[in-house]
Amino acid sequence: MTEQSKCSNSTCCCGGELSEQEMFRRLDKVLDEYHGKPGGLIPVLQMAQGIFSYLPEKVLKHIAGKMEKSYSEVAGVVSFYSFFSTHPRGKYLIRVCLGTACYVRGGKEILDALKKELNIDVGETTPDRLFSLEIGRCFGSCGLAPVILINDDVHRRVKPSKIGEILTRYRVGEEKQ
Amino acid sequence: MLKLTINNNEVEVAPGSMILEAAEKIGIKIPTLCYLKGFPPAGACRVCLVEVEGIPDPVASCSTPVTNGMTVRTNTKMVRDARRTVVELLLSEHEGECQTCERGDDCELRQLALDLGVKDNERYAGEKAAKHSDVSTPALVRDSAKCISCRRCVTVCGEIQGVGSISPQGRGFKSIIGPAFCSPLSEVTCVQCGQCAAICPVGAITECDQIDEVWAALEDPKKTVVVQTAPAIRAALGECFEMPPGTLVTGKMTTALRMLGFDAVFDTNFTADLTIIEEGNELLTRLKKALVDKDENVALPMFTSCSPGWINYAESFYPQILDHISSCKSPQQMFGAVAKTYYADKIDKKPEDVFVVSIMPCTAKKFEAARPEMQSSGGPDVDVVLTTRELGRMIKQAGLDFESLPDGEMDSPLGLSSGAADIFGNTGGVMEAALRTVYELVTGKPFPFPQLHVTPVAGLQGVKEASVVVEETVPEWSFLKGVEVKVAVAHGLANARKIIEKVRSGEATYHFIEIMCCPGGCIGGGGQPRFTDDSVRQARIAALYKEDEGKQLRKSHENPDIIKIYKEFLEKPLGHKSHELLHTHYQERERV
Repeated sequence: MTEQSKCSNSTCCCGGELSEQEMFRRLDKVLDEYHGKPGGLIPVLQMAQGIFSYLPEKVLKHIAGKMEKSYSEVAGVVSFYSFFSTHPRGKYLIRVCLGTACYVRGGKEILDALKKELNIDVGETTPDRLFSLEIGRCFGSCGLAPVILINDDVHRRVKPSKIGEILTRYRVGEEKQ
Repeated sequence: MLKLTINNNEVEVAPGSMILEAAEKIGIKIPTLCYLKGFPPAGACRVCLVEVEGIPDPVASCSTPVTNGMTVRTNTKMVRDARRTVVELLLSEHEGECQTCERGDDCELRQLALDLGVKDNERYAGEKAAKHSDVSTPALVRDSAKCISCRRCVTVCGEIQGVGSISPQGRGFKSIIGPAFCSPLSEVTCVQCGQCAAICPVGAITECDQIDEVWAALEDPKKTVVVQTAPAIRAALGECFEMPPGTLVTGKMTTALRMLGFDAVFDTNFTADLTIIEEGNELLTRLKKALVDKDENVALPMFTSCSPGWINYAESFYPQILDHISSCKSPQQMFGAVAKTYYADKIDKKPEDVFVVSIMPCTAKKFEAARPEMQSSGGPDVDVVLTTRELGRMIKQAGLDFESLPDGEMDSPLGLSSGAADIFGNTGGVMEAALRTVYELVTGKPFPFPQLHVTPVAGLQGVKEASVVVEETVPEWSFLKGVEVKVAVAHGLANARKIIEKVRSGEATYHFIEIMCCPGGCIGGGGQPRFTDDSVRQARIAALYKEDEGKQLRKSHENPDIIKIYKEFLEKPLGHKSHELLHTHYQERERV
């Protein structure tokens, strides 16, 4: 893990760069809040991913130790949910919904177009660390199908032909910064 | 109470009971591969299907609560077909390798397929589970291709032992029961107790088989090969030959070992007696330091150290109490150390020419023997550890008709033992054995308990306590006069944790605590014949008490060969030689 990690995840509100020490301080605050509460593991993992942008081994072992759970149990939860990632993600996480409604309205074609455009496979990150590609199983926006999520932005009724245009918006935004 | 009808029989059960439990009450055994009595149902294997009136599809009886007026049928065409289909689906994923699998003769899946009349093995032919053999630890081998994801191992590891080395990883067809992110077992904290291997219905978790290493040693003319057997073996080995649980086979086992070609057949019980002398004196020394010298740094309560799974647990989970654990090696390791020094000397051999084999009810003993600190004789004090199951297989390989073997006697000088050593194999036994000796040492009077049994610490209750007031003493131990000596006993590591937390919080104070890693103690060890439940545990425990009661010699300090080894070799308890050969130290390990 790098000393400096860019904080870009959707569930985080820090909006800047944090030192590892500061990230662990925030994680410990979360852990204190959930101390002894049943069912606390999933929210803690969600918030940890928000802070660190992904779930490195060191963070998972820290969570396991503090929550008096075994690393294997924590890993079991992390590997069950596609939301969690144990690999560093790009600044923009693209989730393509392949839930039933999105699938029948062309979700698969959108995924293929994204793979081609970004030249990465599912679960991978572009070499410039800008985009990561993942699959989602229903975001609860079936009326807008097919849907993709880029961080917190919902893109509705997406067509494969529009993919280039959507990505350009994020690339341009990046250049402006 | 709730009333229901099962196959036209009326049954009454308490609210919260599951259909499977209700059926059991009227003698109907519903097949299952995942259900474990006393634990919340996993509902994982789906074999226990039954028909409930009003519900169109069959339901899993292990996890369907009884409702009042429910009508259940357990033996209809629909039920039989459904169960058969479930087993066929399990078989379709299961890379059984049945002809060469260690579980060939006691695989629960194979037995169930036979019982249910499964004839078609190919109907659901498809992708098999990925082959992944994990041989990363000295004691256990895991093969995920054989795993049927029943999660019994997850329950025993997490709930009974409180360790949690293995858990379901991933999801769907590709999910695997294993350590974090399917890493090798050595990458996470595993105490090597083998309770997972003992509970596995198939051959997915077994001990690391070392039979061939023993055959090689036996056939090596340069080696003098000696064998030691732990107390719990004699109460369980018969089960490998279809004898009922709790059949005592000490004599047959001795003959079998001799016929296998061991040069001397010795007993771990001998060093169990030795352990009592060393550990008893260690306890008294600690008490003296605390009560007479007012030494505030003396670590009390003292914990027993015989169980290697417990030691592994303490090193990872409670490193702060390591100085509370007796520095005595386990009887297995004491045996190795004296066999390669005292005995080697007697037969005029070098330590490296003596090969020590242990027969243990335990997989963690394989790990213990491989510890670098267990080399007091210059090399490994114990060369190979076999489980009870491995010995059973070895006897079969040699073509011995176990049941018809005559009784044999153990060899001298490491074969004679007291009844106190026999009960080392069951929960509460080490405590009772220690009290028999310590009480007589301190008071100079005979141990006053009826039949010499300390009943409050016996039995299968998870945590047990007892206390005894020392009313009179011999002059040397006068400081103990009037002291109420408090002891506690726990078996199963989750129970050990309860005691440790009670001590740490100050809720309870004890002087001496016995911990055995496995439920029931060593008789319920991870290397014992399958399948071990409480009724089997009770039968094996009863056998050990019977063995103890059948002996003239019941107390460790009265064992003439123990007196002799001190006279000829060790000099005195806790002396220089003892420290060199019989004591050890522990180290903190990272908890993962």
